[in-house]
Amino acid sequence: MEPLSNRKKVLEQKPMNFWERLYLPAIFQGMGITFMHMFKKKETIFYPEVEREFSENWRGLHSLKRDENGAERCTACGLCALSCPAEAITMIAGERQKGEEHLYREEKYAAVYEINMLRCIFCGLCEEACPKEAIYLDGPIVPADYLRKDFIYGKDKLVEEPIGSL
Amino acid sequence: MSEKVKVTIDGITVDVEPGTSILNAARQIGGDIVPPAMCYYSKLEGSGGKCRTCLVKVSKGSEKDPRPMPKLVASCRTGVMDGMEVQNITSPEVIEARKGVVEILLINHPLDCPVCDQAGECHLQDLSYEHGVANTRYEFERRTFDRIDIGDKIQLHMTRCILCYRCVYVADQLTDSRQHGILGRGDASEISTYIEKAIDNDFSGNVIDVCPVGALTDRTFRFKNRVWFSKPVDAHRHCPTCKGKVTLWYKGEEVLRVTGRKDEFGEVEDFICNTCRFETKNTKDWVIEGPRQISHKSVISSNHYEMVPLPVIKQNPALMEANKIEFDRASKI
Repeated sequence: MEPLSNRKKVLEQKPMNFWERLYLPAIFQGMGITFMHMFKKKETIFYPEVEREFSENWRGLHSLKRDENGAERCTACGLCALSCPAEAITMIAGERQKGEEHLYREEKYAAVYEINMLRCIFCGLCEEACPKEAIYLDGPIVPADYLRKDFIYGKDKLVEEPIGSL
Repeated sequence: MSEKVKVTIDGITVDVEPGTSILNAARQIGGDIVPPAMCYYSKLEGSGGKCRTCLVKVSKGSEKDPRPMPKLVASCRTGVMDGMEVQNITSPEVIEARKGVVEILLINHPLDCPVCDQAGECHLQDLSYEHGVANTRYEFERRTFDRIDIGDKIQLHMTRCILCYRCVYVADQLTDSRQHGILGRGDASEISTYIEKAIDNDFSGNVIDVCPVGALTDRTFRFKNRVWFSKPVDAHRHCPTCKGKVTLWYKGEEVLRVTGRKDEFGEVEDFICNTCRFETKNTKDWVIEGPRQISHKSVISSNHYEMVPLPVIKQNPALMEANKIEFDRASKI
């Protein structure tokens, strides 16, 4: 059969000569390379203590944003939960009462907002779906834990700190 | 007179009764060529002719007088003639005009869809998605009104209203005495009840169903859930005042709201009474017929399975005990 490309190489196998049959030179050469690596820069990072710099489009832990007056931007419109392919987001809406205007931007707000981090695949579709620019995946890596219930992040963990407290 | 007339809409010919409007003739054909309608409601006499979204081009008046009509006509108020030829989506002029109509309708609309309870089943949303443009050229203050509670069950957001008059016709035709209407003229016109008089008629709740936007919404459903997270299920009950055929909207085992059954044009099949709509929100009040068919184009069809609502998992003592043991073991670690 005609070869489809001209990349075909014919390998020749010559009988080994005396030095090659000794094996020791090859072993020492290999050991030399191993030894050389002891003086090279280490690539390992000791993760929890040292953190590698994230890329610009890194998607990590979600955060619910506040506006310039410190009010929560989320209005519980449900588009993030709708777009979520893993169905990780649930929310219950509440109605803003009089006197809470500084807490919530619109007349409806998310009374309960939960993300199941075991379900979340960090695809960022919630960020794209959000019409209010309320959710961003700009946090760190979600920390490991022992219990499933600790991976359901509520508003206490997701909402940004108020401006004054920084 | 009973002879049928032939009308061609976008190249599809249909025989209809004389006196039918172009819109209804198109609805008999069905599919993409049906002009959208915001104000026309087939169950309400005299509705239509206000929103201008159903504009079509008549390229041939009739067999006897084949001249085209000089301007685009509102298909909901124009009767068919024998041999009439109508262009809807095949005419670029119509599509351009419809874009303009959507822009006009959206001039004063607040676009607060993330907050609005109608989002997901809003006709204005569908209309602007299909026919509108992405940007607005309007730079001025939009008109705003305060939210009004009409009775304890219905809420009026006048800001969102597009003045289609459907609810006024409901009040006129379904109830024996009208209690709300339109006050003011032109830009200042507003749906209102005099001195915010409560509507306490048996069928007043139907204004919620006929409202194409989120202007009249169910107060008992306010902010309860987004439409697309609840599961629609057809059900009926024996009701002395209405036919009792409704759609129940479930979240888990709870009935969040009750509405009439809406057909493909967003019109209810039967008007339902307030007892069915507001008072009976328990599964035991109803005979479940099965899940409602939802068009796959609708956002409500996401995560929607056409089966009887899945049973919510009841508390299982054996499982809870096992969980506790597991929890103890885990907390020791």
